[in-house]
Amino acid sequence: MELHILLIFMIFAAIVAIEAKDLLSSVIAVGAVGFALCLAFLILKAPDLAITQLVVEVLCLIILIRATINRDLPLVIEGRWIFNTISTLVFIAVFLFFSWLALKELPSFGQPLMTVVKKYLAEGTTKTGAVNIVTAVILDFRAYDTLGEATVLFTAVIGIMAVLRRPGRKKIER
Amino acid sequence: MIDNPKTGMTLIVKTVTRLTVGLILLFGIYIILHGHLSPGGGFAGGVIVALSFVHLMLAFGKDVAVAKISRNLATNLESIGAMMFLLVAVMGFLGGSFFLNILAKGKPFDLFSSGAIILSNISIGIKVGVGLFAIFLALVILEKTKKE
Repeated sequence: MELHILLIFMIFAAIVAIEAKDLLSSVIAVGAVGFALCLAFLILKAPDLAITQLVVEVLCLIILIRATINRDLPLVIEGRWIFNTISTLVFIAVFLFFSWLALKELPSFGQPLMTVVKKYLAEGTTKTGAVNIVTAVILDFRAYDTLGEATVLFTAVIGIMAVLRRPGRKKIER
Repeated sequence: MIDNPKTGMTLIVKTVTRLTVGLILLFGIYIILHGHLSPGGGFAGGVIVALSFVHLMLAFGKDVAVAKISRNLATNLESIGAMMFLLVAVMGFLGGSFFLNILAKGKPFDLFSSGAIILSNISIGIKVGVGLFAIFLALVILEKTKKE
């Protein structure tokens, strides 16, 4: 029940974020979506994800507000609206068709297939020594995934430092 | 530098920041070290550590935060964190395969239990915390140079 209220609130806040005229209001609406997602994780009994979602949301909100508070970009809506509308409708239809095909095969909500997870739950603490089973999975059984994730973040930081560096000496002299 | 009234926010914000920023940093380190016992872990704790430095920068201005961690130190620490995590991974080859947990497991519910997991948590915490702070620093320095 609470989950449905939260989901409806998130959809409403997302629509507000798209439709709001000034940029700061839409950033705050996106933040509301993130905090509601954090509560939804708590209701679904995933405290690890809830903590991560909360702190990342705070950091993203600070960075986005700092980035948008000085400039307010006007939205451009003009020209070619027939083509845009038709292509959007076609892509929505294709997306819904394939997601219907894919969702038919999934197990129903709240009843996961417990094939590999059963082994992790039974042997997690004895094999790794970690009491928190989430950490046991992401840093021991599936640590290779975490290595890839760390590489993605490392590459992102390198890219940002390369793009946002100070202008070079020659450019300043000009 | 800290008591300069011209940079940063008002006196109220500065006083509250001075009282709370150490506690936030300590809470981040707690989350990192207890990743294998309670919810959280390297990523969440690292973001909290980064948030404490962001807090410092928002309240006192850029110079105070850069005096604590400069941009070069931030990038170096991030590389060290990434290499530490890779080293923990390669250490598993001593026992036979990639990412094998070869250190002593210890008793469950102890702080130093779970072997290599706590080392991975610490290295991910360093990497994420310093990396996110470096991103924020780069954005702020870019805006400063644009204005000048």
